[in-house]
Amino acid sequence: MLSKYEVVIGLEVHAQLTTNTKIFCNCSTTFGNEPNSQTCPVCLGLPGALPVLNKKVVEYAVRTGLATECSIAPRSLFARKNYFYPDLPKGYQISQFELPICEHGRLEIDTKDGKKTIGITRIHMEEDAGKLLHDSDAGSRVDLNRACTPLMEIVSEPDMSSADEAIAYLKKLHQIIVYLGVCDGNLEEGSFRCDANVSIRPWGQKELGTRAELKNINSFRFIKQAIDYEVERQADILEEGGRVVQETRLFDTDSGTSRSMRSKEEAHDYRYFPDPDLVPLLVSEEWIEQARLELPELPEAKIERFVKEYDIPHYDAEVLAAERTNADYYDALVKLHGNGKLCSNWVMGEVQRALNENGLKISDCPVTPQLLAGMLKRIDDNTISGKIAKKVFDAMWKSGKDSDTIIEEQGLKQVTDLSAIEPLVDEVIAANPGQVAEYRGGKEKLMGFFVGQIMKASKGKANPATLNELLKKKLAGE
Amino acid sequence: MQLTDLTIHQLHDLLRAGKTSSQEVTQAFLDRIADTDEHVNAFITVCPQEALQQAEAADARLKAGDAAPLTGIPLALKDIFVTEGLRTTCASQILNNFVPPYDGTAVAKLKEQGAVILGKLNMDEFAMGSSNENSSFGPVRNPWNKDCVPGGSSGGSAACVAARQAVATLGTDTGGSIRQPASHCGVVGLKPTYGRVSRYGVIAYASSLDQVGPVTRDVEDCAMLLGAVAGYDPADSTSVDVPVPDYLATLKDGVKGLKVGLPKEYFIEGLDPDVKKAVEKAVDILRELGAEPVEVSLPHTDYAVACYYLIATAEASSNLARYDGVRYGQRVDQEQGLIDMYRQSRAAGFGPEVKRRIMLGTYALSSGYYDAYYLKAQKVRTLIRQDFLDAFNQVDVILTPVAPTPAFEIGEKTANPLQMYLSDIFTIPVNLAGTCGMSLPCGMSQKGLPIGLQLIGRPFGEETLLRTAYAFEQAGDWHQQQAPL
Repeated sequence: MLSKYEVVIGLEVHAQLTTNTKIFCNCSTTFGNEPNSQTCPVCLGLPGALPVLNKKVVEYAVRTGLATECSIAPRSLFARKNYFYPDLPKGYQISQFELPICEHGRLEIDTKDGKKTIGITRIHMEEDAGKLLHDSDAGSRVDLNRACTPLMEIVSEPDMSSADEAIAYLKKLHQIIVYLGVCDGNLEEGSFRCDANVSIRPWGQKELGTRAELKNINSFRFIKQAIDYEVERQADILEEGGRVVQETRLFDTDSGTSRSMRSKEEAHDYRYFPDPDLVPLLVSEEWIEQARLELPELPEAKIERFVKEYDIPHYDAEVLAAERTNADYYDALVKLHGNGKLCSNWVMGEVQRALNENGLKISDCPVTPQLLAGMLKRIDDNTISGKIAKKVFDAMWKSGKDSDTIIEEQGLKQVTDLSAIEPLVDEVIAANPGQVAEYRGGKEKLMGFFVGQIMKASKGKANPATLNELLKKKLAGE
Repeated sequence: MQLTDLTIHQLHDLLRAGKTSSQEVTQAFLDRIADTDEHVNAFITVCPQEALQQAEAADARLKAGDAAPLTGIPLALKDIFVTEGLRTTCASQILNNFVPPYDGTAVAKLKEQGAVILGKLNMDEFAMGSSNENSSFGPVRNPWNKDCVPGGSSGGSAACVAARQAVATLGTDTGGSIRQPASHCGVVGLKPTYGRVSRYGVIAYASSLDQVGPVTRDVEDCAMLLGAVAGYDPADSTSVDVPVPDYLATLKDGVKGLKVGLPKEYFIEGLDPDVKKAVEKAVDILRELGAEPVEVSLPHTDYAVACYYLIATAEASSNLARYDGVRYGQRVDQEQGLIDMYRQSRAAGFGPEVKRRIMLGTYALSSGYYDAYYLKAQKVRTLIRQDFLDAFNQVDVILTPVAPTPAFEIGEKTANPLQMYLSDIFTIPVNLAGTCGMSLPCGMSQKGLPIGLQLIGRPFGEETLLRTAYAFEQAGDWHQQQAPL
């Protein structure tokens, strides 16, 4: 039944910006403090208070616009969106309406049918509202700590045709703005919220179907659920000969269904008009160019560079570039060491394991790229084996000492000297005549057994290559 | 001569010379308020204790030889300026218990100079009115004739100076709210260029038009008080970073060779004959002083009042949304849910004129009407501004009446809001153009009511205004006339 209809999805993302202070005043934006402790006359909307634009917010929005190939408006306007709600202290939200800061951008996503370009209609800046705390005994209370924190609204074209594409777009956008350092991307705390406009139409029909807007969904999983549910709901209506009505719907994560919040008729008339308290925002060509120069390398470019310059598999590059801090660590490591593949093995392997075990982020990793590169060089010059290296790594993690100190202190230096290994080989051969006979009889798999025994006797320090060579000779009876 | 008859500059000299103290002067004004305010009703709040404390501090500063021009000078503020710890009502029931936690920029500047704040002045509710009859604290009466209005919305600010209850006051002017009451009360009032004085801490009526200005006894005081509050303020994005000149330095430079524009659209039928005569006389005086009168045209004048009542009300409808019963006003408790709480609290808290303007502004911004009303009004506004800029290519100042008539009687125009709106016909264009204008006394009507002369200057041309006004003032004695109170 679903295959009869084409699905059309457009997304609106509200990203909270990571500026230290609010968009129109100097109050802190820290999350989770005592209610109303981060307020002033401006964000409380006291009579007589006036907004002053935080330049950092503009910088962040422009950065996002450039990263998504938007054109940046040399002149943009702030507008008032008028409506009444107790968490909105001024009775209007300062937002942008006509003339937003960024327009006409795009983002490329991977779909099962290959690359697809999703248009970005606009990006604009606005202030967040406060929060209502409902308490059955004391009634409802208002916390205005969040009021006036900077948001960026990113509106896509209705270019996505499945929940999977919507998720791919959201993940891509999420990755970019976190990369840019403009948003922490925290979905649970509401730093990245999504509204989805969903409609369906019979294949081949030109005009769009009537859309429903799904509000404020705060995880990628729920977004997929909500869209899938909505597509099915609308298809059911059409199949039964009904008509979809334009409305705003609220998704309930517990039941996996949605309910109508308000219909088009009940929609607000926001009476937008340019905010007379703020002058038009002028952004110079030089300033935009400067911002362009300061843009960090984005994931796509990074993956390409890693593959090309460091000669690692595309898969490795993608994993490493998924988060900017990871990529930065890896980048620093390769620059110090040189062997891209060895480095990616270590970052994706031991480093990641230790971080997971300790619940740490890579930015807090006690083994710095310098320390790790130093150790990897000791593998290269045969001072230690790869196996001993893991031991050294754990010791560096715990002590913060460099690898040379640890190798020295713990006597972990690899033994390559034949005269030191030979007695051990002889000893093991002498102690296991049965296995020697079997080996000589053709059971060459036993090689591993002998290596293991000798390694054990050397406390792991025997150089595996030297050992192998010698052992083979001895077993062959040479 | 009594202490309460003196100007800022006269008192400043006496204080500096140690011939009187701020405490003595402050007490004299507090006594005068106590004696006269039942007849005038200029004050909503008087704060004697705080005033005397400020006076004491000012005296210490004077003694230490650290006096600023306003140190120890008793002033009063329109109740639209938020004042830390001092109730600020905007003459509205919806703010009748509002005690702000902060001072606005203009007030902070006065306090820095060591000025004494006697109290907060009556006004039209939220500055909406031309007669001060729209106050929820009762109308202000004109000190020249108690049956007449003092003008509005800064009626308290003008009446207070005319009644010698304070040396000078601050008002705000959105469509004539300083100049028209100054004219009706026979005092000097100046509306600076938009962006000249910070609006931070001034309760907003129409944000793109509101501007703070002085109301004083003479032009020199006006220059002093303007100099004290003017200047760029990073807390007000619409304030402009233009240096503040020393207005006193050029005050006495005279008007020789000055071109004075007389806009033909302002000398129309319906202009009160006494007003016409007084203004024409003023032109003659300026000519005698060496100025050169020139006829100019401001062709879009006719559209100004309509344009103003769309833009101002649209902005007001949004500015006043915060008074919703959640944090301000008496929240009506018997409400049926949130929307009803808003409705009832606002219905109870706002007066009729405020409601009228909120409805008008809401309508002008509504979807489907926005282009026809608000946007069109903005276009007209641009034309009006251009009219003035064109005229200032030919002349240095523009001279007009302030109001079509002298003060009218209380109750005379309350039944007809449109009639009332027309009393700002000559002052509104200046706000729309964003330039500066002032009112100063230029005569008396046959009924013994003051008549004001309006001078309009180029954007940031307050110096020229003050210089012209000073020359005119010194050629006569209108500023020395005292209301018979």
